[in-house]
Amino acid sequence: MVFPGTWSDRDCGWVIDQVVGAQLQYLWHKDADLKGCDCVILPGGFAYGDYLRTGAIARFAPVMQEIGEFADRGGLVWGICNGFQILCEAGLLPGALIRNASLEYRCEWTHLSVERTDLAFTSQCVEREVIRVPISHGEGSYFAEPAVLSRLEQNGQVVFRYCDAGGRVVPGANPNGSLHNIAGIINKRGNVLGMMPHPERCAEPELGGADGLKLFRSVAGRGLKVLVS
Amino acid sequence: MTRVVARIIVTPKPVVNDPQGITVKQGLATLGFREVEDVRVGKYIEVSMEAESVHEARERVEAMCRQLLANHVIEDFHFEVDQVVRR
Repeated sequence: MVFPGTWSDRDCGWVIDQVVGAQLQYLWHKDADLKGCDCVILPGGFAYGDYLRTGAIARFAPVMQEIGEFADRGGLVWGICNGFQILCEAGLLPGALIRNASLEYRCEWTHLSVERTDLAFTSQCVEREVIRVPISHGEGSYFAEPAVLSRLEQNGQVVFRYCDAGGRVVPGANPNGSLHNIAGIINKRGNVLGMMPHPERCAEPELGGADGLKLFRSVAGRGLKVLVS
Repeated sequence: MTRVVARIIVTPKPVVNDPQGITVKQGLATLGFREVEDVRVGKYIEVSMEAESVHEARERVEAMCRQLLANHVIEDFHFEVDQVVRR
């Protein structure tokens, strides 16, 4: 998905096309057709300038209605960074991303504990595996009201949690003040994933790490045609 | 039809951590305003519109806030609607 202001679309496209070798299709925000793709990625950036709130305006893009219906049919939707913020604003995922507790834009490597490996997005990971993935955001502090948060935990919808290199989920490993160290969540059905860290920026050893490739391989390994929306 | 202006104030919910507010409070304390107990930073939105009545305008603005201007997960809102008198 490419919105005006999206900036990680080419990075995602490169990984899909050049690294994984899956079929790639870019989709413009005005498109009303998902072109037969099996997975739609909403990449990072500042869609529509993030005016009003992050992701608040992007949810009105013509393509978003299609994406909502696609998700309802069980299609794979993957929001990364700004894409996660958009999915929350669109109501496809619960909660919201607010200003980092430090008030700083944080651009650094983080460690993530992978808590679900039964998903289309994480099947190439092993349970409780620690992967190293960079973040790059100013508004990535995950918030949900207590009832929603406990429902997420009970349903096992937390997919990634910020942790230290040894896999311990501790306050010091939390870069932005996210509740419960949450870095990524999935909807109840298991087909809509939102995450703040950027797996597309660590999919080749030349970039300092290739752990992100596991997520792309998980999706592409299913023989899917992947759409960067 | 009457011309109205709605003045909308959006604030972070009390349960939402507001690092901007905390930082501003610290700044005020540094300037000597030590009586400040709490600061919350929100936003102000002004909407000018035509409506059948002030009552109808209030209902419309309420809907605008619920659907777009505030995110109910993290924000509260309140507003005033005033008639604009043409001179």
